[in-house]
Amino acid sequence: MAKKMAVETTLNGEETVFLCEPRQTLLEALRDNLGLIGSKEGCGNGNCGACNVILDGVLVNSCLVLAPEIEGRSVVTIEGIAEDGELHPLQQKFLEHASLQCGICTPGFIVSAKSLLDDNPEPSEHDVRLWLAGNLCRCTGYDKIVRAVLDVAESDA
Amino acid sequence: MAGTKQNGTGKLAANGQNGYKVIGTRPVRPDGVDKVTGRAVYAADVQMTGLLHGFVLRSPHAHANIRSIDTSKAEALPGVRAVVTAADLPVAEDKIEDLGEGAINLKYLSDNILAHEKALYHGHAVAAVAAVNPHIAQEAAELIEVDYEPLPPVMTVDDALADDAPILLDTLRTDSMGEIGTEKSNLASFFRHQRGDLDAGFADAHLVVDRTYRTETVHQGYIEPHAATALYSADGQIIIWTSTQGSFAVRGQVCEILQIPVSRLKVVPTEIGGGFGGKINVYVEPVAVLLSRKAGHEPVKVVMSRADVLAATGPTSGSNVRVKIGVDANGKISAALAELYYEAGAYPGSPVGAAANVSLAPYAIDNLQVDGYDIVVNRPRSAAYRAPGGTNVAFAVESVVDELAEKLGMDPAEFRVLNGAKENDRRPDGLQYARIGQIETVEAIRDSEHYQSSLEGKYRGRGIASGYWNNWGGQSSATAVLNPDGTVNLNEASTDIGGTRASIAMQLAEAMDIEYEQVKARVVDTDTVSYNDVTGGSRTTFATGLAAYNLGQQLVKEMKDRLADQWDVGAGDVSYEDGVFSAGGESLPFVEAAGLVQREEPLMASSTVHPQDFGPGFSTQCVDVEVDPETGKITILRYTIAQDVGKAIHPSYVEGQMQGGVAQGIGWAINEEYIYDDEGHLLNASLLDYRMPTALDLPMIETILVEVPHPAHPYGVRGVGEVNIVPPAGAIANAVYNATGVRMDKLPISPANLLEAMWAREAEPAELVPGDD
Repeated sequence: MAKKMAVETTLNGEETVFLCEPRQTLLEALRDNLGLIGSKEGCGNGNCGACNVILDGVLVNSCLVLAPEIEGRSVVTIEGIAEDGELHPLQQKFLEHASLQCGICTPGFIVSAKSLLDDNPEPSEHDVRLWLAGNLCRCTGYDKIVRAVLDVAESDA
Repeated sequence: MAGTKQNGTGKLAANGQNGYKVIGTRPVRPDGVDKVTGRAVYAADVQMTGLLHGFVLRSPHAHANIRSIDTSKAEALPGVRAVVTAADLPVAEDKIEDLGEGAINLKYLSDNILAHEKALYHGHAVAAVAAVNPHIAQEAAELIEVDYEPLPPVMTVDDALADDAPILLDTLRTDSMGEIGTEKSNLASFFRHQRGDLDAGFADAHLVVDRTYRTETVHQGYIEPHAATALYSADGQIIIWTSTQGSFAVRGQVCEILQIPVSRLKVVPTEIGGGFGGKINVYVEPVAVLLSRKAGHEPVKVVMSRADVLAATGPTSGSNVRVKIGVDANGKISAALAELYYEAGAYPGSPVGAAANVSLAPYAIDNLQVDGYDIVVNRPRSAAYRAPGGTNVAFAVESVVDELAEKLGMDPAEFRVLNGAKENDRRPDGLQYARIGQIETVEAIRDSEHYQSSLEGKYRGRGIASGYWNNWGGQSSATAVLNPDGTVNLNEASTDIGGTRASIAMQLAEAMDIEYEQVKARVVDTDTVSYNDVTGGSRTTFATGLAAYNLGQQLVKEMKDRLADQWDVGAGDVSYEDGVFSAGGESLPFVEAAGLVQREEPLMASSTVHPQDFGPGFSTQCVDVEVDPETGKITILRYTIAQDVGKAIHPSYVEGQMQGGVAQGIGWAINEEYIYDDEGHLLNASLLDYRMPTALDLPMIETILVEVPHPAHPYGVRGVGEVNIVPPAGAIANAVYNATGVRMDKLPISPANLLEAMWAREAEPAELVPGDD
C-alpha cells in the first residue's frame, strides 16, 4: 500500500491537516479522507463540473487536482459557501427558482456560479451560460439555473 | 375546461388557482436545503465503519466466449478481501418474472450482472473485487486472467437479421404474436397492431409519403453514476443502500438473482442523482452483496466510473423505423403504416412495444398497421429512457407528417388539428382515450407568440412536432402520522428525483386543508411501508399523490369522529372548514384538535393504491434553428413547449420536467450517439465525447402549461415527466428542413451528418429538390 503524506491547507477558511496517498485526487481526499461529501464525482475527468471547488480564488475540477497539490493553498468547497449559518443568496435563489431536480449537480453549479459572481458581479445571460458550460445538468435544461444566477446578480446590483 | 398559462418568467406565484390553497403554489422542496449545501447523501456518499471498496472487471470484447477465469493473483494481492465471478451466483432459471418494470427472463437478468459463459458487449461485467481501498480493488481486478474466445460482433438491426448472422443467445427463439419459433435467431419477438383496411386506405389516398429512418443508441446521462453499498450480516440479513428509482424493484431483482427471500433484504434508497428510466435495472447491487458475504460480512461499496456507466448501463435503443402515411385531398389521414425495428442490446426487451403505442397516437386514424421487432445486438442491455422508445418513432412520424402538410400546402399545425386524436379515438393498439388534450397542445402552439412571430434570415427555419406518452398508475403505499403539534409525517417510498416530496406533500396538505409546511415528507425504506412501484412512467405525483390524498381524507375523517365523541355529538355533525373543526357551539382549530384527539389513542393512517385509469399526456413543441452552412452546426434560437399537464401541482417542477425533457430531446436530436468501431468497441465512453447539451447550447425553454384535468384524479393530475422528450427530434428535423431544404433521415443531426446531407442535396438535379415542386 502506498505511503501516506500529510498535507497542510486552508479548507473553507480553517487551517487543516490531513493524510492522503500521493495518488489520491483532491476530490477523493475531500470525500473519503475529510468527510466532505458535497463535492460529487460525475465523470472523473473534468467534463461535468460536479466536483468544482475554488482553489486560491480559481475555479477548478477537484477530480483533476491531486490532493498533495493543495499544500499551503486555500480551498473553498460547497460546504464553505454558506456563511454564519445563513444560506448564500445563490443557495436561496436555487431553492426559490426550483433550479434543482435531482440535485447531484447542484453543489458544483453553486460553487461555479459563486466563482462567476466573484469575478463578474453583473453578468449577462450569455456570460452565465458560457461560465456554466463546464457544469453538466441533465434534469433542468439549465433554464431555472440561469435565472437563479441572474436573479442573484440583479438582487446584489 | 382547458386552461393554459404561459410561464418561464421566473416570477413566483403567491397563491394557487381554482380555489386551491396549496396546489398551484411554488413552495421550497423539503429536501432543498440539504441539496444546496452538499449535505444530502447520495449513493456514493454512504460511509460506515469497516467499509470495503469494490471494482468490477469488464469485457474488452463485444462478443466472446469465456473459456476460463483465473482469480488467484488478484486474491493474493495484499488488501484484497474478496473476488467474485458468475460462479458465485446461483444458477438462474430460464423463466419469466415481473419484477416491477415489466416481465424479464431471470437468466438474462443474472447473466447481465456477471457474464456466465459469454460476454455480450464491450463493458459486460465478468468479475469483481473488494479491497480496503478502491485503488487496490482496481489493481487486483487487472490481475484477473480471463481467457476469451472473441466472436464476430453483431451491432445493428441489419447485422442481426442477416441470414448468416452470428447468434448471441443460443436458447433464444422468436416469439411471433405468441407463437414460438424453432430456429435460433437474434429476433426476440415480433408483434402487429392492425385495424381497418390498410390497402383500401392507401388506394384511396391522394398523396402518400413513405420514408425510412435510422436513430442511434443514446444514454440517459444522469450525472450520478450507479453506486451501491451492501452489508451481508453474519445472521443472513442483508441491507443495500443504493441510488434507484425503485427500492422495491431493487429488492425484487436482487432476491431473484441471489435466490433469497424478500424478508432477508432491506433496501434503503439514498438520494438519487438522476435516473430517467436508467436506475431501475440493478447492476452493482447484487455484486456488492456477493462481495460482502465473501469478505467476511464487511460492508462493500461499489461505485461505477463514468466510462462504465456509458459502456454497461442504460442505454436506449437505436432503431430503424419505416413510416408510410396516406392522406386524402382534404388532408385527412386515410391510412398509416409503421414498421419499428428496435435494438434491444444484449438481451431481449427493447421499448418497441411502448414505441408502437406512441407511434401514431396523436392522430385519429381508421386504417392502420404497426409492426414491432425486438432484436438483440452486441450492445449493453437497453433500459428505459424517458418515454421509452417514443422519441425514435416520433422523429419518423413527425417528419412524414411535416412533409405531407408541406405537399398539401397546409400549415403543419392545422394539419395536426384536422387529424388530431380526441376523446373516444383509439391508440394504435386499440386502447380508447378518455378526455385528452392533444389538440389543445397544438392550438396552444399555433396561437403562441412564438409561432405567430416571423423568423427571418438565411439558413433559419422553424419546425413543430407533437408527441404522446401513455403515463402509468402503478402501485403506491404510504403512511401518515399525525403529530400532536399539528404537523403530519408523510412516509412514502417513491424516491424523489425531481421534487416529488413537495408535489406529494402538497396534495396531502390540500386534502387536509393545512399548510404545506405542516407536512414533513420523507422517503422510507422497503421495511417501512408496503410495496411501491418505481418512480417512473410519470406515475409518482399521480399515484403516490393519490395515496397522499387518501391519507388526508382518512386523517380528517378520524379527527372528526374522535371530536364527535369528545363533544358528544353525532359522527356526521362535525364539520371541518378553513382549518377549523366545529359542531354545535364547539369549534377547534386543526393544530389544537391534533393534540386533543390523541390524548387517548395515537392517530396514523395508511393507504395503498393501484389506479388503472391514468391519463395520457400529449405535447406539441415549436423550435427555431439556425444552421451554419460551413460547419453543419445547429443553433437552437428559440424553443417553446406546450404540454397537457392535467393539473400542475407545483408549477415550477412541472415546468422543470418540460424543460428537462426538451433539453434531453435536443441532445438526442443533434449530438448524442454511441460510436463503435468495427469490432464493437465503444469509442466515446466519456462525457467529453458523448456530448450532452451544456448551458451554452440552449436558450431559455418557454413553457405553456395546458391544463386539461384528468377526470380520474381528485386534483386532475396527469403524469408530466416523459412526453416532453418525444417531439424534439421531429421538431428540430422539420426546422432544419425549413432552414436548409434537407430532410434528415437519421439522428443525430450532427454537424457531420447534416453537412453530408446538405452536400448530397446540392449534388441532386434541381427538379428533385424537396420544396421546389
